[in-house]
Amino acid sequence: MPQLDLNDDSVVVVIGSGAGGGTLSNELCQQGMKVVLLEAGARQSFATLQNDEWQSFQQLSWLDKRTTSGSWRVAKDFPNLPAWICKTVGGTTVHWAGASLRFQEHEFKTSTVYSGVSKANLLDWPITLADLETYYAKAESKMGVTRTNDIPGLPGNNNFKVMYNGATRIGYNKVHTGRMAINSRPRDKRQSCWQMGFCFQGCKSGAKWSTLYTEIPKAEATGRLDLRPQSQALQIQANGDKVTGVLYADKDGKQLVQKARVVCVAGNSIETPRLLLNSASSTHPNGLANSSGQVGKNYMRHTTGSVYAVFKTPVHMDRGTVMAGIIQDEAELNTKRGFAGGFEMETISLHLPFLAAFLNPGAWGRDYAWAMEQYPNMAGMWIVGEDMPQDTNRVTLHPTEKDSFGLPIPNVHYDDHQNDVAMREYAYKKGAAVYEAVGATRTLAVPPYPSTHNLGTCRMSERASEGVCNKWGQTHDVKNLFISDGSQFTTSAAENPTLTIVTLAIRQAEHIADECKKQNL
Amino acid sequence: MKRREFLQRSMLVAVGAAVGKVVQPTLAQGETAGGSWTANLKTLNAHQGETLLKMTRHIFPHDRLADSYYANVVADLDTDAGKRADTLKLLQAGVARLDEGEKKFIEIAPDQQLAALKNIESSPFFQKVRGTEIVSLYNNPGVWKEFGYGGPAYEFGGYLKHGFNDLKWLPDPPEAASPKPA
Repeated sequence: MPQLDLNDDSVVVVIGSGAGGGTLSNELCQQGMKVVLLEAGARQSFATLQNDEWQSFQQLSWLDKRTTSGSWRVAKDFPNLPAWICKTVGGTTVHWAGASLRFQEHEFKTSTVYSGVSKANLLDWPITLADLETYYAKAESKMGVTRTNDIPGLPGNNNFKVMYNGATRIGYNKVHTGRMAINSRPRDKRQSCWQMGFCFQGCKSGAKWSTLYTEIPKAEATGRLDLRPQSQALQIQANGDKVTGVLYADKDGKQLVQKARVVCVAGNSIETPRLLLNSASSTHPNGLANSSGQVGKNYMRHTTGSVYAVFKTPVHMDRGTVMAGIIQDEAELNTKRGFAGGFEMETISLHLPFLAAFLNPGAWGRDYAWAMEQYPNMAGMWIVGEDMPQDTNRVTLHPTEKDSFGLPIPNVHYDDHQNDVAMREYAYKKGAAVYEAVGATRTLAVPPYPSTHNLGTCRMSERASEGVCNKWGQTHDVKNLFISDGSQFTTSAAENPTLTIVTLAIRQAEHIADECKKQNL
Repeated sequence: MKRREFLQRSMLVAVGAAVGKVVQPTLAQGETAGGSWTANLKTLNAHQGETLLKMTRHIFPHDRLADSYYANVVADLDTDAGKRADTLKLLQAGVARLDEGEKKFIEIAPDQQLAALKNIESSPFFQKVRGTEIVSLYNNPGVWKEFGYGGPAYEFGGYLKHGFNDLKWLPDPPEAASPKPA
């Protein structure tokens, strides 16, 4: 039995329990509000997480059918897997690698600052870095980000040693083990990092921050959180310009309606717009909160790619924290390189099974087998760069295909912008140069994987005609409907998104609680 | 067989030598390619099993790996074929297509086998075999051991005390970049 009544219309309903929804739920509960948290996935524990790539992938990932279109390579190699994100309590914070970087000031005003980028739907955020500074600090403390709050950096593994030496030899200066939401000392009743190397499969030691074992239990301890796992939101119900509740399917497939005072959508950037589009009605014919037509548009996934390098002697890149290593020199704005925006270079490793699947999708034969045999002698890095928002890059409802609930499935369309291509090509060369400086015998440029960063599909805007929500994530059209995940992002910036999602959630919770006290919501 | 395919096949035989050197896979002690392993197949027949074995050895050719690792891939295909009629048809038709011509696939020279596979690499049959192999072969703890990959780390407490930073062929980064472990 749910502990909050289905007909209790004084509750906030949060959809999705990840970085946005999990944090928001806890922050609201701490401020005295009652929250029903609907999570489509099941609840794992330290015991059920697995150091096994394929098993873990099946256990944690969002695997409901999706389609893809556009010229991006993902549509060719992984036509039904646009994104590697989660359907599990804790959302994608179970899978993420922990990189926690603040946006740079100019990244909030790309329309003003980036000149010479044509055919991009650039827009300034309706907030600035100054607006977020207090909340970034709260998020870093909450998550235990290394190199903040007197928390030492993590010790670098072999993969980082190779990156550090190569990077400094070619003149990079900002090279260190990163700002990571992974304990380097015991903190917040969680252990420090064991250097297992299975960060992507869920952290069995709890050293890596995840809402699964931080925000959610803390919210539950207030007595005001009703978490309902295996409860998939289907439609948000509205009466004119107010939302009234959420129709969802419980773990037995029974369809129920939870009434709500406020609804906050944090289903990640594919399901969030899909839910709004599937909630179309006579008063919202193009989808809920979609008078601007921007719901689903401006989908961003970062300019990504990886560089792996082969050496004559072992590296064992998989041993230890997957992403505790960064070169920040290229994150700055420097159009002399031939593109706007910047990119971070971060250590990454995959284990043998996934390297086989992702190193060069579709490839086979002697050369490929040779590459796989070099596994222990490989080092690797991941490029995370700012991609340009385009309104043709978008999530739409499939015209014919439906899910098991009879609702249209999502299609994700993406084409690289010229700026994205220029940045990626430059970044591949720089990545190879890092490794060649320390004796790489071969470097391999790997195309972008199914997207782990998914952003922008219900973006913030000053003007209602240019986006979906305002500076609080409150939708322009519907006052008691909020966007609470990375769909809010007006632009993608060069930084991994999770810290900013948590930051926005802390700030949004404060606003919602305040507005409720004032009876404005 | 259609005339066009026959001509294609004959051409492949003729240019086989030009496709590139292929080393005959090494058989480990006692691990012969023919023989009893095919008796374990439940749906595919022995000839189909042998053909698929040769095919999988060409797709990801690791000379040091015994046939048994590739036989595991064929076993996985066999299990799939037992569950789904369309998969069985796909595999049967695929093997039959490879066998078209004067000699069967398993009877022609390795470089000609490779050429034949290159010819069908876009086909659903080839993609099915490759897609299965990429998981079956590289998700095998025996293969991990051969390649020097350690597998799960939780059971022994992770690499903090097992060499996560033991690389010696480059200098250690300074502490500001990489602090010492606690």
